Formats: sequence, C-alpha cells, structure tokens
Amino acid sequence: MQRVEFTREMRDTYTVLVPDMLPVHFALLKNVFQLHGYRMEVLKNEGADVVNAGLKYVHNDTCYPALLCIGQFIDALQSGRYDVHRTALLLTQTGGGCRASNYIHLLRKALEKADLGFVPVISLNPSGLEKNSGFRFTPSLLVEALYSIFYGDVLMLLRNQAEPYETVRGATKAVLDRWVEALTEQFRRRAWLPVVRFKRNLRAIARDFEAIPRARAEKIKVGVVGEIYVKYSSMGNNHLERFLLEQGCEVDVPGLMGFLSYCVEVRIDDIDLYGGSKLARWALRRAMDVVTHFERVIAAAIRRNSGYRPAEPFRVAKSHLNGLIGLGCKMGEGWLLPAEMVELIESGVENIVCVQPFGCLPNHIVGKGPIHALRERYPRANIVPIDYDPSATRVNQENRLKLMLAVARENAAAGNEA
Amino acid sequence: MKIGLDIGSTTIKAVVFDGAGQIVFRHYERHCARINELCASLLSRIDEQFPDGDFQLAISGSAGMGLAEDVGADFLQEVYATRVALKKMAPGTDVAIELGGEDAKILFLTGAGGLEVRMNGSCAGGTGAFIDQMATLMDVPVEDLEALSRAHERTYAIASRCGVFAKSDIQPLLNQGARKEDIARSIFEAVANQTIAGLAQGRPIAGNVVYLGGPLTFFSQLRDSFDKALGVRGVCPDDSLFSVAVGAAEHARQPVRLPEMIERVKRRVGRGNRASCPALFASAAEYEAFRARHDAHSVPTVFDPDYAGNVYIGIDAGSTTIKAVAIDEDRRILKSAYLANRGNPIPAVCDFLISFYREYPKAKVAGAASTGYGEALVREAFRLDGGVVETIAHYLAAKQLQPDVDFIIDIGGQDIKCFRIRDGAIDDIFLNEACSSGCGSFIQTFASTWGLPVSEFAKKGLLAPNPVELGSRCTVFMNSSVKQAQKDGASLEDISAGLSISIVKNALYKVIRTASAKDLGEHIVVQGGTFLNDAVLRAFEREIGRDVVRPNIAGLMGAYGVAVWIRETGFGHSNLLSAEELMHFTQTSETARCKGCENHCLLNIIRFDGGRRFISGNRCERMTRGARSELPNLYAEKRRMLRMLPKGSGARGRIGIPVGLNMYELLPFWNELFTRLGFEVVLSPESSHALYARGQATIPSDTACYPAKLLHGHIEWLLDQKPDAIFYPCMSYNFDEHLGDNHYNCPVVAYYPEVLRLNVPRLKETKFICDYVGLHRPKDFEKRFPKILDKYFPGIPAREVRAAVRAAYAAYEKHMAEVRARGQQMLSQARAEGRQVIILCGRPYHVDPEISHGIDRLIGELGAVVVTEDAVSPLVEKFPTAVLNQWTYHARLYAAAKYVAKCGDPGVNLVQLVSFGCGVDAITTDETRRILHEGGRLYTQIKIDEITNLGTVRIRLRSLFAALDQEARRHAKG
Repeated sequence: MQRVEFTREMRDTYTVLVPDMLPVHFALLKNVFQLHGYRMEVLKNEGADVVNAGLKYVHNDTCYPALLCIGQFIDALQSGRYDVHRTALLLTQTGGGCRASNYIHLLRKALEKADLGFVPVISLNPSGLEKNSGFRFTPSLLVEALYSIFYGDVLMLLRNQAEPYETVRGATKAVLDRWVEALTEQFRRRAWLPVVRFKRNLRAIARDFEAIPRARAEKIKVGVVGEIYVKYSSMGNNHLERFLLEQGCEVDVPGLMGFLSYCVEVRIDDIDLYGGSKLARWALRRAMDVVTHFERVIAAAIRRNSGYRPAEPFRVAKSHLNGLIGLGCKMGEGWLLPAEMVELIESGVENIVCVQPFGCLPNHIVGKGPIHALRERYPRANIVPIDYDPSATRVNQENRLKLMLAVARENAAAGNEA
Repeated sequence: MKIGLDIGSTTIKAVVFDGAGQIVFRHYERHCARINELCASLLSRIDEQFPDGDFQLAISGSAGMGLAEDVGADFLQEVYATRVALKKMAPGTDVAIELGGEDAKILFLTGAGGLEVRMNGSCAGGTGAFIDQMATLMDVPVEDLEALSRAHERTYAIASRCGVFAKSDIQPLLNQGARKEDIARSIFEAVANQTIAGLAQGRPIAGNVVYLGGPLTFFSQLRDSFDKALGVRGVCPDDSLFSVAVGAAEHARQPVRLPEMIERVKRRVGRGNRASCPALFASAAEYEAFRARHDAHSVPTVFDPDYAGNVYIGIDAGSTTIKAVAIDEDRRILKSAYLANRGNPIPAVCDFLISFYREYPKAKVAGAASTGYGEALVREAFRLDGGVVETIAHYLAAKQLQPDVDFIIDIGGQDIKCFRIRDGAIDDIFLNEACSSGCGSFIQTFASTWGLPVSEFAKKGLLAPNPVELGSRCTVFMNSSVKQAQKDGASLEDISAGLSISIVKNALYKVIRTASAKDLGEHIVVQGGTFLNDAVLRAFEREIGRDVVRPNIAGLMGAYGVAVWIRETGFGHSNLLSAEELMHFTQTSETARCKGCENHCLLNIIRFDGGRRFISGNRCERMTRGARSELPNLYAEKRRMLRMLPKGSGARGRIGIPVGLNMYELLPFWNELFTRLGFEVVLSPESSHALYARGQATIPSDTACYPAKLLHGHIEWLLDQKPDAIFYPCMSYNFDEHLGDNHYNCPVVAYYPEVLRLNVPRLKETKFICDYVGLHRPKDFEKRFPKILDKYFPGIPAREVRAAVRAAYAAYEKHMAEVRARGQQMLSQARAEGRQVIILCGRPYHVDPEISHGIDRLIGELGAVVVTEDAVSPLVEKFPTAVLNQWTYHARLYAAAKYVAKCGDPGVNLVQLVSFGCGVDAITTDETRRILHEGGRLYTQIKIDEITNLGTVRIRLRSLFAALDQEARRHAKG
C-alpha cells in the first residue's frame, strides 16, 4: 500500500480534519494551526453512526479509541459535508510500544476498505515516524501550540473546580467560553507571544474564575485518570464528567501537560536505564526545565489570584511514585497513570475513576495492576476501574460509578464525624 | 413502615419492615423484563396488605436504577445495600459473596485493606444467568442441577471466564456422552472458580464467609463448591435472597404515598431515545415477494416408498442439532430430519435410521457417512462408511444449488463457518472464535427468556417498525444491551429484529471481517439453521446489499453434502447397521484413566453392541490409534532444548526463573549468565491448568492473555522452592533482529513482572528481581548489569559478571542458531519426503503445551511437519508492511508470512496461533492475512485460550488440509 502524502500544495486547498479529543485544548490548537495556514476542523459528530462506522471498518478487537477516532473520520467523510478529494485527516501517533502507534495504519486500511484510500493521513508524532512535505512543525508553531496546551490545562482545571459550586447555572461555562474566544482573538492578532502577556492572561483568567459566585458546599471529589483518549473525550467515556457533576461531585482531571512531560521524561529514563546519547539527554532535560518553569508560573498565578488549587508540579507527582512502579514502564500512559492516582490521593482526592478501553494492554499493567498496592499504601483510596467499549452499556458503567460514590459518601461522612 | 425493592437483572425482590424493623412481607419472582407491570402489582399488594401503613421507600438493583430515576424514588447502589443489610442480618461477617442474575460480587468487610467491594467486569459471566444457560444447554430444568450435582462422581475443567467459553467446553462433553451429573457439578465449580479468580484479586477470602443471592441460596452444591475452593465453611443466612432488598429497606428515608407511586410506575414509559435500525420489511407485501424469491431455490424432495434403487445417507451431528438426509441416485431427498441433540446424538440418529428402513423397505443403502462435531462418534456407533470435514460437505451441497458459488456462509447453532471458493477449491476459511458467538443458540437463549420457541420469536421481528440497535459483540454484552433496550421501552418485536440484525453484523464484521459485498463474491449461498429465520436472511441481504441464495434445505446442507460426497466417493455398498442390527443396538459409557503416558487423560469410553467402541477425552491418539513414530515437530524440539540447559553449582545461591512469556526464549541467556556466576537456576515446571489455578487468585486483570496469567502459578510454585531470589526482569525492548521498524516487546510481555510484584503478596518472602534491562544494547548491558545484580547479591566482582554477560550473549546466539538450523533442516527434509509443512506461528511462549493445547501434535497427527516462525524469518529481508512493524516477535510473524508467500511451494503453509485477549493480534492477524493473500496463499488462524475446544481446531485444520489436497489435485489435473 502506497502512503498518500500530504503535499505542500494540498496545504492551501485541503481541509484537515481532527478527531475530537479534548474540547478546550483542541479549540485553541485549531486556531493556532489556522494561523499557520492550515484549514483545520475539529470533528464534532458522535453517536451510533460513528461507532458503527468504526465497527464496520476497524478490526473489532482493536481498542475503543481507534474504533471511535477512525469511525468519526469515516462517518464524517461519508456524510457528504466534505469534498473528500480536498480533505486530509490528522491523527496523533505516539510511537511507543503500545498498539496505539498503529492507529494511523489502521486508519489507512479502513480508508482503503471504504474506497477512500486517496485521502491523505497526517501523523502527528514526536518521533519522526512519518514525514509529509505539506506538514511541518516550525519552531513558532511548536511554541504556539505549547502555549495553547498550557492555556487549555489552566482553563480545564479552573472550570472543574468552579463549576460544581456555581450558584448561577452556566456562569462557569460563560467565563470559559469568553476566554477561549479572547485567547483566539489574541492569537489572531499575534499579540500574545511574550511571557509577560502570558502571565497577564493567567492573572486575569484566575481572577475571572474567582469572581464566579459559588456556594460553600462540601462536595465529593472524584479524580479521573486512565487511557488518554477515554480520559478526556466525552464520546469515549460516555460523558463521564457530566455524569459525575450531576451526581454532585467535583471532578479532577489531570491536565494534558502531564502526558507531554511524561513523553519527554521516558526518553530520559530510557537513556538512564539502557544507555544512549548524553547530548540527547541534556537537550531533553533542558526541555523539561522549560516546562517546570511554566508550571511554576501558572501555579503562582493561580495561587496569588484565586482560591483554586493549582496542579502539582510534574516532578513532584513523579517523585510521589516512590517505587510503586518502575520508571521503565513507558508504554501507553505507563507510570504516569499510577503517578496521577498517587498525586490525586496525596492531594486529598481519594475517589478515583480509572477509565480504560476494554482490553487495553498497558492498562492491565499500569491501571489495574497497581490498585491493590495503592490500597495497601492508602487504605482510604476508593478506586474504580471502568471499561469502555462499543457495547459496554451505560447502565453497567453508571452502576459501578454509583457504588464508588456510595463508598465515597460514607468515607466523607466518617471523616466528618472523626 | 419501610419498603425495600430490589430489581435485579432477572428477578424482583421486595421486603417490608414494620415499625420495629421486623420483616413482615417478602416477595421474590422472575420479572421476565416486565418490570413496570410487576413492580406496580407488587406495590399494590403491599398497599392492600397494609392499608394503614406509613411508607418509606428505597429502590436498589441494576434494573432498578432507571426505574428509580423515572419515578423519582430514592436509589441505593446494590452492593452498598448488601453491606447495609449484612450489619443487620449477619453481624460479624468478614467476607460476603453474592451472586445474582448477571452479577457476581464480593464484599470484604474487615481486615487489612479495609472495606472493599468488588463487582464482576462487564465481560464476566459465571452467574445466575450463566447457570440458567447451561441448564438449557443440558436440556434439564435449572432446579434439577442440584440433585444431579449431588450424584456426581468426577468433574471436568470448564472455562469459567464467560458463558460462551464454558458452553464450548460443555457441548463437546455432552456430545461425547459425559454424565450430566458430573457436568452439573463442574458447572458449579466453574462458577466458584470464576468468582474467586475474577474478584479476589489477591485479597484472601477467609474468616466468616456469607453467601447471598439466588443461585447461592437455591443450590447447596454451589455453596459446597465455594467452600471447597476457599477452604472455609460459609453460611447462607435467612433471607439471603433478600439481602439487597433488606439493605434498601434499612436505608429507606423517602416517605411515599403508595397509590401515587403505583400510578407513576404504571405510567412510566421508555424514554424512547434508543438507537434503532430501519424496519426489515416495510409491508407484508414486501415480505411475500421476498419469500417467493427464496422459495425458488430448492432441492427436490420426494416421498417414494417404492423406490428400489441406491440410497446414500448423510448425517451431520452438529453441536446442538442432528441433521440426517437420505438421497436417491438423482440426489433427490427421500427423507430428512432435523433433530435436537439433547446432549447425545446417538438415539436421534438411531430413530432416523429405523424409520428410514421402515419407510423404504426396498431401497438399497449404498453409502452412509457423517460430518460435524459428532462425526467420529456417529461413524463408530452405526458403522458408517466414512466421514468428511464439514466445510467440504457444505461446499458440495452448495454446489448442487449454485454451481458457480464463490462464497458460502453457514450459521449454525454454535458456530459460524464461512469460506470462499476460488477456482473450485475452498480457499479461505473463517470460523467464529469462542468469543464472538452470536449464532443460532444465542437467539434461542433469548427466545426462551420470553418463553417462546425460536421460530415464533424470530417471526415477531419481521414487521417490527423500529428494530433495536444492539451492536455486534458477544452474548454477555448482548444481555446488557437487551436489558438497556427494555429499559428504554423497546418492544419484544423490535428486540427480536434487533437480535437478528446483530447476528448478521457479528458474522460480517467479526468473523468474515469484511465491509462490503464485493469482498464476498458474486454468488453467495447462505445456509445453516439460523438462515431459515427470514429476519436473519433479510438483515443479511440488506447489510451486504446483494441478493443471496438460501436453499430450502438451509438447515440440512451439511447432511446433504455428506450424502452427495459418499455417493461420489463411495464403493457402491455400505456397512451401515442393518434394520435387524439396529433392533439390538445398545450403548453404555464408562470412564477410565489412560496409561499411555504421564498425562493420564481421563477417558470416556462408549461401548456399542458388537464390540464397537468410541473413546474421547484423550489428548493424543496414542491409545486410539496405537503408537506411531511422531513427525518432526519444532515445538517439541524447543521444549526439549529448554529443559536440557546446563545446571550450576549453587555456590552463590539459588535463583528461581518462571518459565513463561519471553523467558521461553531468553532462558538460555539467563541460565548461562547465572550458571557461570555459580548460581543454581531453579526453573518452574511446564504449565498446567492446576498450576494456573494455584495462582489465579492474585490476577488483577482477568482479561489479560492466558500466557500472562499463567505466570502467577509459576511464581507460586517457585516460592515453594524457597529460592534466594526470583529473577524476572522487565524489558521494554527485545533484541533487534532488523526485520521491523522497531524492536519492542508487547506491553504485557514487557511489564508483566510489575504486575506480579504488585499483586502476588508472597513475593515479599524472597528477593524479586524485576529491574528494567536492555539486552538490545549489549555493551551498555554489560556495564549496567553488575550494578543491578549488586543490589541483590553484593560482592560479586564486576569483572566476573561482565564475563558471564558475554557468555550469556554467546549462549543465546548459539541457541537461536540451533533452533533455526534444526527448523530449516526439518523443512527441507519434509519437502524432500513429500510431506506437508506447517509454519505454526505464534510467540516463543506458544510452545508451552498448556498454551498451545497440543495443537502442534494435532498437526503432526494430521500428517504435517511443524516448524516455528523464527526458523524461517531470518531467511527474509526486511520489507515494507502496511502496519507499523514495531514488535520483535511480530516482525518474525510478518517475515514468516512473507516467506510462505514467496517460497512458491504449495506444501509449505502458515497457521497463526492467536491468544484470546492479545490486543496486538488484532493488528497482526489482518496484516498476516494480507501478506499471504498477496502471494496467493491461504491464511489460517487459530484462537487459543485458557481452555480450547480442540474439536473446532480440528475442523479448521482438516479443512485446511482438505483445501490443500483439492488444490494439489487440481494442479495435477491441469
């Protein structure tokens, strides 16, 4: 099978479709790419048609995220809304030992089956797995994308902490939407690059969220960790966040920056474990220094301008692991997943939903594997693993979640008595 | 007064407390999905019985969640309710085990780790519904299982992971004539094992154990199985059926006015937001036209008692049904029968033959043959003249109706068989794997839930306006999809149609893995009993967008095909038992231990009159066929090589190594390393199901692959040997053999040591060395390993370790070179002798006999030499693949496929072993198939799991050899 390249010429005339993974982040990222000359669109189609397209064109034993992403693409292409001869698809490819690195190939096979083999597929990967002459990460694009991820994480964090307590329904969402718009406008004017501007924005964002009128209520705090797609995508996790909100919980979803940092860190760890280039290690270290610096800036801005809890710095979260799992464990979410569980528990979020696609290989190891040991270390930890797949029904999932919540409420009541 | 309602997946339970907390009312019944109706009448009864009651209500149970939401009642999660109830019903409980209709739960109430509740995952059957299903399969009322089980003498190992698996274990047992008593007990043991394996996850079940829920209340034999498995004496308290309802009542706070609540329940309708498909038929007229079109395809059937010519009899002894056909010289059907198996095919076949002789006194039987699961049994019992593999039988039958047939799909009671015909030979075979059932018996199970015969149930769906969208997965999932649909108010008609559609989708997308009709062919013949169901047929034509041929004898095609076959290949006379002999026909069965080898298989021997006998339960054919020199088999060779490694002195200590996963290949490396350093290496023994059972309680993720789960048992065994350390390192990377884009291990192979460290409590008894090592960088590894070893065994000079590492690399290279040389020699010798060669592709650990279940030996028995993928992969240069080729083991697989595709030798073929739950294989199977097809070669896949039904494997392999045979003959002719 010959790979269809995304050429320089296509860049100006093709619409690039992106699956919906993180609503806030992708809204911002889309704008950045548009500024750099790509016509990009984040797909919003969901429901039975997407799942069916996935089941039809992808091996049914493949993980659910692949099924949904590919289903979403094919459903969109077959909907008639796009000129299929002027459309390209963009999918992330992590390049690790997990089968997720093969999504892109499964997508191409699926397109072939659907008589859409001519549609170019762009791999978004950090490892240089595939190259396209029409798609390049220029330094400025990279920097700007990074900023949108930082903004996305901050907005998501504050939204999660504000929304359950808002006294006027929809107030939080209004602030969030306003900021997505404002940042987009700033992108357009390209007036937001300097760090100074970033800091000023953060301050304003924190204050705006702080100004949302909120009730002083005691809510059950629930953390969500797991495989990256079902963790963030509401289509993937059957609108888990909304369900938990309706059940009166505060939801804590660790940000995307943690995952990106983890992707860098595992390369450093690889060199430490097995040997490798000292120069590469040095460069990766410096990259992490930059991330650490930004984390500090963000945390300070949130702490100074609001009563919200900023995220733990990545290094601290990693150190919490403390031998729970080896740092060489790097496929899928690897050691990041247990690290996030520990971080949540350490910061007082003892109730955790660990989401995973049914039959996800790395999650046998890093998701279900450490739960037993975690409970020994933290007897109050209340962790429920939930599987997602095309046929897992919501009834079943919600029943399990309700059990976790019943125990959470009891723990909370016992805590209050004590 | 307090009311607790527990609406589970199959039953509805209620209790009422008086003011003093005494139970004054209890009720239990199966709801058959009529939740609203029964709930309303139940509440009315309570209202009548306690007219002056002041009520508080809480609802619990999996089906109660939706109801509670809709009518605005308080809901209490059922596991939580159980815990509340236990405080009242059985204080002092340490662990409670509750089985319900579709759920299994364990509650840990005391001890380290605190309160913890576990529920089965969405893939785990082994519950009340499972027991019901098994009773249906055995054709006994579910209540009788108790009495049957009491009279058991022995038990069989039955896969306990999910109902579908267990079913494929039980069916052959029934067919082979195993005693129902023994099967009944085996089912209970399977449930106990499933619950413990799936839910204990390393936490010990001890102390005061309490049993709750329907199955555990009704079946003392089930409780006994749990007692035995756990080594405790659990109790089943009064009202154990009602624990959830009691918990709900205990927690009821919400005051309700009953008449008002009853009204709300009655008025409740589904929310109507369920997904649906277009109706199968828009009108009755459309349906009539469809019928007329299909009625045209028929095999002539005549009744001619005076017929005095030759007759050929074909018998298809399937898993759930027996099909028998008698044809005349013109291939017209004289007599046919479609009978239920009822666990023993013999009486049904006997009746058929007797009545045939009676109806056709003048006819001369000139040939009789059988096919299907019970082929050998029926052949022996009635002295038939031959047997043929099902696939060939089906093809021959289809060819009678559609000479140009190029694709056949057969959906029977328990299996789906599809095959492509190319140039008059069977080309590609697809069989459903144990996990993708969705066949005839599946729709039957649902039909019986509504108390309808399957034909009537299916008919209801024909004109359903909005068939339910149910997805295309296994039965266990389907149960909850149906439940959800009912909750959303779907009618029986819509569900029936939805099930028919899902069967088709399952066959198309899971088994055949195709997206459109053009992949299938021009002339498609559909058959098997399930296609007699017009709804399924319609859904199929709709889904692929093409008209197909369904013969009027769709359900009899296997039998018809065998009859045609024996007519063409027979000798003109038959040895079939005569009418006279049938009068004296007898059958008795007994069991005995085989003394042929150390396996000591438990044999099931069925004796017939006249000294004929049929033996089953044997893993090899030594006893039944007599000893024969075995053909060369690289699997056996590899096993032998691993057990002949040099032993060290043990001066520096004893190191245990579990023989599993990648250790199967790296053993020569580590053994050399530690032996050189003066350690004694203790290897765990060959895997067995007993070894697996020893470790199953510590498995955290039940859906991981069987090879990985086996390691828990290996570790337990090693711990008993009290070694100074157990060595099992993590390895993200494997050796780079320059065949792929990268050289990873799969996540499970790479990190399973972490799972063991975190979940096997006893590992604290010794040093567990599971550090991350990178053998792919020899220089770096040589430098790093002394430091790793020093953490556990300080004081060994680094220079000595480095020298041992170098020796280990050399030993590994030598071992691999030996394997390759031996394999290539076997291959060329076999071809020189004109024997078939099968490259049995898997991972190194598939040579474990407990993982490959003797499939290597089975291939040998069928006459082919077995070599492994790594013997031929070095003969192939790196080539581009359509997937990311990033795992070392799988790169070998692709290379082996390429080798077969390129070698141009029709006698060398590939069979791929796939472990159930191996996510990586979802990618590799399609790619391997693609590479082989590019070279115009057949692709055969065998899925293996904890327990594999070798019957299916045999069919697949026999079909492969039959297809190769046909191909060879065709070449000889042309």
